[in-house]
Amino acid sequence: MIFLQVIANGLLIGAVYALFSSGLTLIWGMMNFINFAHGEFVMLGMYAALLVALWAGGGPAVFGAAAALVLFVLGVLIYLALIKQVMRGPMLAQILSTFGLALLLRYAAVWVFSPNFVTLPPTALAGTVNLGGILLSVAQLVSGFVAGALTLGMHLLLTRTAIGSQLLAVAEDRHAAMLMGIRPDRMQALAWGLSAASAGIAGALMAISFSFSPEVGGTFAITAFVVVTLGGFGSVPGALLAGLMVGLIQSLSAYYLGPIYKDVIVYALFVALLWLRPQGLLGTA
Amino acid sequence: MRWLWLALGAVALLYPWLVAGTGSAAFLQDMGALVLLAAIGASAWNIVGGYAGQISVGHAMFFGAGAYLPLLVFQQWQLPPLLGVPLGIAVSLVLALVVGAPTFRLQGHYFSMATIAVAELIRIVVSYSDLLGAAIGLQGPAMSVHWWDLTFRSAVPYYYIFLGVLVLLLLVTWHMQVSRLGYYLRAIRAGERAARSLGVPVRRYKLYALMLSATFTSLAGSLYALKTGFIDPDSGLGILVSVQLIITAALGGAGTLLGPLLGAVILVPLQTATNTWFGGSGSGLTYIIYGAIIVLIARFEPGGLLELWHRLAPRFNRRPEDSRAA
Repeated sequence: MIFLQVIANGLLIGAVYALFSSGLTLIWGMMNFINFAHGEFVMLGMYAALLVALWAGGGPAVFGAAAALVLFVLGVLIYLALIKQVMRGPMLAQILSTFGLALLLRYAAVWVFSPNFVTLPPTALAGTVNLGGILLSVAQLVSGFVAGALTLGMHLLLTRTAIGSQLLAVAEDRHAAMLMGIRPDRMQALAWGLSAASAGIAGALMAISFSFSPEVGGTFAITAFVVVTLGGFGSVPGALLAGLMVGLIQSLSAYYLGPIYKDVIVYALFVALLWLRPQGLLGTA
Repeated sequence: MRWLWLALGAVALLYPWLVAGTGSAAFLQDMGALVLLAAIGASAWNIVGGYAGQISVGHAMFFGAGAYLPLLVFQQWQLPPLLGVPLGIAVSLVLALVVGAPTFRLQGHYFSMATIAVAELIRIVVSYSDLLGAAIGLQGPAMSVHWWDLTFRSAVPYYYIFLGVLVLLLLVTWHMQVSRLGYYLRAIRAGERAARSLGVPVRRYKLYALMLSATFTSLAGSLYALKTGFIDPDSGLGILVSVQLIITAALGGAGTLLGPLLGAVILVPLQTATNTWFGGSGSGLTYIIYGAIIVLIARFEPGGLLELWHRLAPRFNRRPEDSRAA
């Protein structure tokens, strides 16, 4: 029974990993650009949730939406002020721009919020449910399912709507898309907004169950790299599957080997993946 | 130009004496040694990050290997720390192969992601390893028994050791610049596909650059550990170690011989100043400033200050001629 519980916990957190990783894979697939500050977006989502919960009150629905909105705006602004220009620059500028941004956001958050761990005030999602002997916290259950649904929603947005087609058209061929009357800059700004919003809402969902500090972002960034590499670059369904797998692997290794191994195993998996199958499990070479 | 070089060399050689008369001689000598050490680390990063254009954000793994092994052989087996220096380089070379061999087949982003992931992996493993002092770290000789312990109370001997290593590194880099390796690396940075089509063995040469860079980064780590006499996971392997190497090289000018030196001369005093003015909270502020500097370099001047100078300098020099023409 404990085995099933470990698996359920892993899948529920894995769905949240899938959500913020789908944001990273969207940018990667569309612009061939890696955002080193993505983990900091997740962290900012947590603090946005905290501030809204403290100042405005309101439950998870309120602060989750607020975190998504704040991060959406931040993502668009970062694209317009920074990414749009460095995209045309050398590789050094592309990588250092978001790497520097990660540093700036992380230590600005340390400066503003202090490096201590904090928790959200108790929400309506307190308590646990007993599913045939498997004890799960309501918060984790809700955030897991919401995250899974939002990741699927992201996939449907990209594949079933006009906006999604326009985004994919820009990813496919920027110039051809322009000839079709699509404005690439507008689409890429939208992609950055969506990407950051997915990170923000994932951060808000995790903030319900876990304590956090300004320095948690680094772990999330590498987790997202692993998920995206595993799922194949640019693939949202791949990110969903890989996110669930990474959550499962973390949960199992934390239970059977000890909590310190949960990140070690995932990072080692990443190195192994680079050696054995760099195009990802679902990706094509 | 030659006079400028001679003057710079003379200042570098005489610096510990030049500041000896001032009220804070020990402080300034220590800072001089730190500037040289920062220049060594940044010049080492520059070989792969600047010249080859492969942006490593996890060079802390090489620095840490170089820093841990001298203190490990001393603390665990009572051997002279100096023996650990070549061991650190050996470990760094293995790490360079592990990270570089798979990722250099792929585009630049993979390499950057792999470096940060491997560096973090090593930091976590080390911080739980009892042999390596876990979270507490390792300590060097408390006081010097033999000269080869390289344990001095004054910063001056370290200053000259660092100066020697820096000169060696600059000679190696300069030689690389004008040799086949340097031309190949610049071709790779300018366009990998074009370089490959012209017959440059791209993957192999990127690996050479990484291994050369790892060797000297490891040496920088060893020198740091010998001078400080103490190393822990954050100061040896933390992401901020990588940040320090990157920003120093990129601020001065990545891919230039003297850029990392310029960066070190600017950043080390800046960091000392923010730490002094703002006390314990200063280090946090330092990294906010560092992040902002990195973003600004990437956004406005990827060539760093040296390129900015090369662009602006002719404008100042032209002014007298313009007035003569008018």
